[in-house]
Amino acid sequence: MPELNASRLATLLDQRFDELLAAWTAEQLQVVRRGQISASDMRAQCRELLQAIRRALAAGASTRIDGQSWAAARDLLGRVSSQRAQQGFPSSETAMFVLSLKRPLFDALRRASDDADTLAADIWTVTDLLDQLALFTTETYLRSREALITRQQEDMLELSTPVVKLWDGVLALPMIGTLDSSRTQIVMESLLQRIVETGSDVAILDITGVPTVDTLTAQHLLKTVTAARLMGAECIISGIRPQIAQTIVQLGVDLGDVVTKATLADAFKLALSRIGLSVGRVRPAGAPALGAAPAARD
Amino acid sequence: MLTARTEQIAVREQHDIVSVRQMVRSWSLAVGLGLVDLTKLVTAASEIARNTVVYGGGGTLQIEELRDGLRLGVRLVFEDQGPGIVDIDRAMTDGYSSGSGMGLGLGGTKRLVDEFDIASTPGVGTRVTITKWRSR
Repeated sequence: MPELNASRLATLLDQRFDELLAAWTAEQLQVVRRGQISASDMRAQCRELLQAIRRALAAGASTRIDGQSWAAARDLLGRVSSQRAQQGFPSSETAMFVLSLKRPLFDALRRASDDADTLAADIWTVTDLLDQLALFTTETYLRSREALITRQQEDMLELSTPVVKLWDGVLALPMIGTLDSSRTQIVMESLLQRIVETGSDVAILDITGVPTVDTLTAQHLLKTVTAARLMGAECIISGIRPQIAQTIVQLGVDLGDVVTKATLADAFKLALSRIGLSVGRVRPAGAPALGAAPAARD
Repeated sequence: MLTARTEQIAVREQHDIVSVRQMVRSWSLAVGLGLVDLTKLVTAASEIARNTVVYGGGGTLQIEELRDGLRLGVRLVFEDQGPGIVDIDRAMTDGYSSGSGMGLGLGGTKRLVDEFDIASTPGVGTRVTITKWRSR
């Protein structure tokens, strides 16, 4: 039975190829918002897929799309849906690319058939086939989106933990966002690595950009401080905002002998004094800059 | 006292804890909690959500906006079907942890919120309810 259906469908696609393509493209253009994809690209994609379906039906006996004869169609759908995932199409519109072929095909089947039983069987085959193709499209679409999200997460991990050198011997780690364990691991590693590379004596952990400090975050911070100490560097935690300070106190977290400062500027000043440097004014405020011509006098 | 609106989300994995914090933050802002109270409630939610994931094997958070006359508040109900807590008094004690944490989560959370309730049956699960009212 399926064999018969497949070859009959292949013949139908052969005979009414242009008609089907025109009707399908018209359906598509109604669904897709203007500007997202050009009409000619759309027509080309429709033509390519329709040809692939026709070849698969003609060559293979099966309407299960996991077979070898459907490789070309799967390949094409994979490309179309990952491309659409990247272009920001919603998943429903991506699935509609395949599903919108149903009506033109059903119409063609109805006109070609005069036997109700055959028509019902054919319509079932077409529905089953297009559903499989649509599901495949949606799955590929989701996989592309997931790959995109994973890549962005990895980018975030890398991006959000820069260790910066403020002065010879003074490092700063401006932390931003949530300090969940995998990120804290990277933070710790990159900080310890840079302490070795630069031979720094002081490292400032700035948590101005960390919205929530709970016991796990506090524990991670304390571990980082301890590890840095073991490597011979002193750590200063800065950027503890008033609401965070009150929360830490009520939580009962004891920061022990960790040096903390309200702002990164305060921490930097302290760090400089620890390595024997200080910041001072070279001239009184408002005085002319060095090298400027002295004011004329009588 | 009536519940103005309510919503439930799953708390299954580490990244759900981030969603919990973000959700509690936006609900607290909607109720009009001050910055300090908001930070306390978000931190408390983070503690309990982590317990739900790490010790409870995942569960749910039901978040409620409360209205009691003119008073507004946010209530969070965390439920899991995990192993439960045998000795709640000991679990509430600062410095005691059955895992590798600091042992401050439950006791600290109680200090951060206005109302705290914990009910646990070994082998059945744990329910923690915390409430923060908007101070006038």
